[in-house]
Amino acid sequence: MDTVFGVEFDGGVILASDQTNARSILTYQTNLDKITELSSHSAMGISGPNADLVNFSEYISKNLALYELSNDGLKLSPHAQANFCRGELATALRKGPYQVNIMLGGYDTVKGEASLYWMDYLAALAKVNYGAQGYASSFCLSIMDRDWKEGLTCDEAVGIVEKCIKELQVRFLIAQPNFIIKVVDKDGVRTLKFGADPADN
Amino acid sequence: LLQRSRRPMKVPSMKSKSIGVVAAVAAAILSKGVNSELLSSYSLRHKYLHNKIFMPRGGGLHNENTIFDENQAEAESDSVPPLEFAHGTTTLSFTFDGGIVAAVDSRASIGNFVGSKTTQKVLPITDHIIGTMAGGAADCSFWIRRLQAESRHYELSEGRPISVARVARVLADYLYENRGFDLSIGTMIMGFDEYGPSIYYVDNSGSRLKGDLFSVGSGSTFALGVLDTERRRNMKEEEAVALGIKAIRHATFRDAFSGGYIAVYVIRETGWKKVFSEDLALVDKN
Repeated sequence: MDTVFGVEFDGGVILASDQTNARSILTYQTNLDKITELSSHSAMGISGPNADLVNFSEYISKNLALYELSNDGLKLSPHAQANFCRGELATALRKGPYQVNIMLGGYDTVKGEASLYWMDYLAALAKVNYGAQGYASSFCLSIMDRDWKEGLTCDEAVGIVEKCIKELQVRFLIAQPNFIIKVVDKDGVRTLKFGADPADN
Repeated sequence: LLQRSRRPMKVPSMKSKSIGVVAAVAAAILSKGVNSELLSSYSLRHKYLHNKIFMPRGGGLHNENTIFDENQAEAESDSVPPLEFAHGTTTLSFTFDGGIVAAVDSRASIGNFVGSKTTQKVLPITDHIIGTMAGGAADCSFWIRRLQAESRHYELSEGRPISVARVARVLADYLYENRGFDLSIGTMIMGFDEYGPSIYYVDNSGSRLKGDLFSVGSGSTFALGVLDTERRRNMKEEEAVALGIKAIRHATFRDAFSGGYIAVYVIRETGWKKVFSEDLALVDKN
């Protein structure tokens, strides 16, 4: 039901997700932020039940913080972070699976390049240039297939993301009025746009 | 190694499910703290991963599909149907100018039978925090009473009142830990603390959401219809209470599983107070 997708550009990654929190026929809230910051230069867009979303993202981000503290400020690259996440999903799979589908975007400050990873609840991991989780993939992948190319700028990537959002709002059965868009680049993680302020309560 | 939670290693069988659930839940709560025998069973993995926050997963219904011997298979084939818990209710709460209004009905139903028409669905946690009950009556009252104890303990050891966010988080963590055990809880933890008025919706899956307006229970959709249309920002207390009563009345009219009394509570900076109670049987409804 949730929409999470991402597009990589030259020097960063755009992550976008809807802001609706619903269960069965009820919408609980429409200002949820589903893209959580894992570290200073990486973020994870997660779709799935709110409990698993919160618990998994906090578990991963706190473990990453612990790693940094224990290893004298050494940060894990996005590649390492993605593999760590996948490892945790895989371990939990046969015990009590986390029902989360993830798009992880990060900027490697050492190598100076961005990367985007697609991860699903069965602990499959793929490095991609662009990707979407959930029903959004049916609508958005073709747009991204057509428009994405090497060496995009941030604005061009945001343009692709907004095209995808418009398409979802026209054709997707489930109403998702609000979307939040974040960018991960050399300056870290920041919010570009949101439909409803997540801090608004 | 950061230990986060302990779970019993054995999984309750289907046959003694209800007793097993209570025992397992009690064991999960009581066995906090490091257990050295259990630690050694994980040693193979953690020889190489010393510095990691450890969260064991599993237990509950996930493991109940594997059958290890014929006796268990035999026992499961003629199993007792699961217990019917009381689910029907309407509870709602929303913020107004200077506080929070909570309104609830008082019917507890077991299938088509009205078990009680005078249930207390609002349970106090501290002077400034209350919790509503929806879902399994026993589950809700048990866990909210635990919150009373935890809050008091926090107050005594920290020397300051507990915040609403913390209470809600404590409950959400417990429920997440026990999410395979078929608990049925949909509660709203609301109160006034140093951060102002806040309402948290917490349910048995472990979700915890902060918001301005929530309604929980079988009659929640009917109540929300009235609430969403007529609520405005910064209502005064009288208007807010009147709206709460109206929403519950409409929900009990349409929902078979809600009824009894309406009870309305108001939480202000000074604490919570019951402000209204009405027997719906005395209200003239066709």
